[in-house]
Amino acid sequence: MIEVWTLFIRVIEALQFGFMRNALIAGVLISIACGIIGTFVVIKRIVFISGGIAHAAYGGIGLGYYLKTNPVLGAIVFSLAAAFGMGMVQRKTRQRTDTIIGVMWAIGMALGIILVDLTEGYKADLMSYLFGSILAVPGSDLWVMLALDLVIVALVASFYKELLAVSFDETFAMVENVPVDTIYVILLCMIALTVVMLMRVVGLIMVIALLTIPAAISGHFVKDMRKMMTLASILGVIFTTTGLWLSYFLNLTSGATIILVAGSTYLLSLAVKPLTRQRHVVNEAGGR
Amino acid sequence: MIRLEPQHRADKRREVISIEHLWAGYDQEAVLKDINLSVRELDFIGLIGPNGGGKTTLLKVLLGLLQPTQGKVRVMGKSIREGRRYIGYVPQSVEFDQDFPIKVWDVVRMGRLGRRRLLQRYTAEDDEIVMEAVQSVDMLNLLDRPIGALSGGQRQRVYIARALATEPEILLLDEPMSSVDPQVSNNVYELLRQLNERITILMVTHDMSVISSYVKTVGCLNRRLFYHGGKQITPDMLEAAYQCPIDLIAHGVSHRVFPEHMPPTNAKDPQRATEPPKTLSAPASGEWSH
Repeated sequence: MIEVWTLFIRVIEALQFGFMRNALIAGVLISIACGIIGTFVVIKRIVFISGGIAHAAYGGIGLGYYLKTNPVLGAIVFSLAAAFGMGMVQRKTRQRTDTIIGVMWAIGMALGIILVDLTEGYKADLMSYLFGSILAVPGSDLWVMLALDLVIVALVASFYKELLAVSFDETFAMVENVPVDTIYVILLCMIALTVVMLMRVVGLIMVIALLTIPAAISGHFVKDMRKMMTLASILGVIFTTTGLWLSYFLNLTSGATIILVAGSTYLLSLAVKPLTRQRHVVNEAGGR
Repeated sequence: MIRLEPQHRADKRREVISIEHLWAGYDQEAVLKDINLSVRELDFIGLIGPNGGGKTTLLKVLLGLLQPTQGKVRVMGKSIREGRRYIGYVPQSVEFDQDFPIKVWDVVRMGRLGRRRLLQRYTAEDDEIVMEAVQSVDMLNLLDRPIGALSGGQRQRVYIARALATEPEILLLDEPMSSVDPQVSNNVYELLRQLNERITILMVTHDMSVISSYVKTVGCLNRRLFYHGGKQITPDMLEAAYQCPIDLIAHGVSHRVFPEHMPPTNAKDPQRATEPPKTLSAPASGEWSH
């Protein structure tokens, strides 16, 4: 009992710190984007291209350092460019698109590293872009995250029927005169923006985990795209909050702790999944 | 090789698809060579042919997914881009993600996409049409089922309902029963026969036994199209299409696709056509390969 009380006191203490409050709010804000966009990444099976966009964004970080501007701006530009480039390659060429995307992924990262090499002086915060530092998110970034969330929610709500159709059956959507390429590029750009948001929290290297894991778990339990997005967002909030507190009390890297919490829940849900499947089959048999 | 022009029947029915001297293919290779076909209102045409014979390519051209290299294709007298909204497309259901989070209702409602622009929501009228489509394939009780929880035959019905929701003049089916067992596929073909009372149907398939009992006319497609506007597949059509003699099974179906007393090995010698029919040799599943 006393231990619980001490824990409670320490939580209250932690909440006195602005950085802790910011971190918790950031966790909620990114979880919304993650849940919505991650659902598309998972059901449309574009995990690889999303990983490519995330890693290519490092080129923008390098450029930001080199030009002495905000690296986040560089990351936005680079990830959007990577989204366009990789999307075009995937749609328009008949080459082995996964190879080309892999090459662009590597070039983006290499470019970032070289640009950082060429930059004179002390490179503050460099590691935080790679491995995340949710505890260092400034209040101004929270407003940017909120704005990006609103953009994503507005876009998905506006193009919901097209996004669903393009994800489920692209050929049919095309026959129905849906501008399939445009919708796909919009989706990739939303992924790029989400990547930039996540970069502050878990770092570019682990972005893909937070983008896919909540949606993947959610997909095990619900069979409706809207519900899948909602549940994935809620799971995201749980993972970031739990991971954050664990990292605070155990003095561990926050990004990696969040990913481990999410990852172990995913493995657990894989183990539980066959049980729910079976129940479903029984229901079906009973229904006839 | 024997070239057979499609028979121009004295037909008063409206022409819904016209294909003239169509060539199409990928890169430099022509998959379809000089295809001519006239589909008329309320036709029910089954096209058979070997794998790689161009069945899917022909569908792609008709759906506007592949630009022909030569020739003219009109759908309802219009260009493909304009005309394809009169086509209801029913895809193969082989490649399919069991876990995709979507319910029957939402799949069928996709049929209304072509009628609604970007940023426009579905209307109550759309819902009504979707409801009718679902009812006509007898799936009302499964509206809320996730698509992954359906059997192959049920899923095919959902795809047909989605095509019907586009309010089509023509149904285009790609290997509709490739993943469905025969009992179920007969039900679905029966459904197609009912639909054919008001909708024109063009179907490509491997499945000859069903072709025989449900379609009105049959063609063979192997790079070139052999179509007489008739019900029977003649030995010379088959030989021309498959480029080797092939016998057909006609097990237990009411119509033979293959005329009796005419073994294909003697196809060019009608005098010897009194021999008892030789059947069997093609695999029963309808998988055609040499």
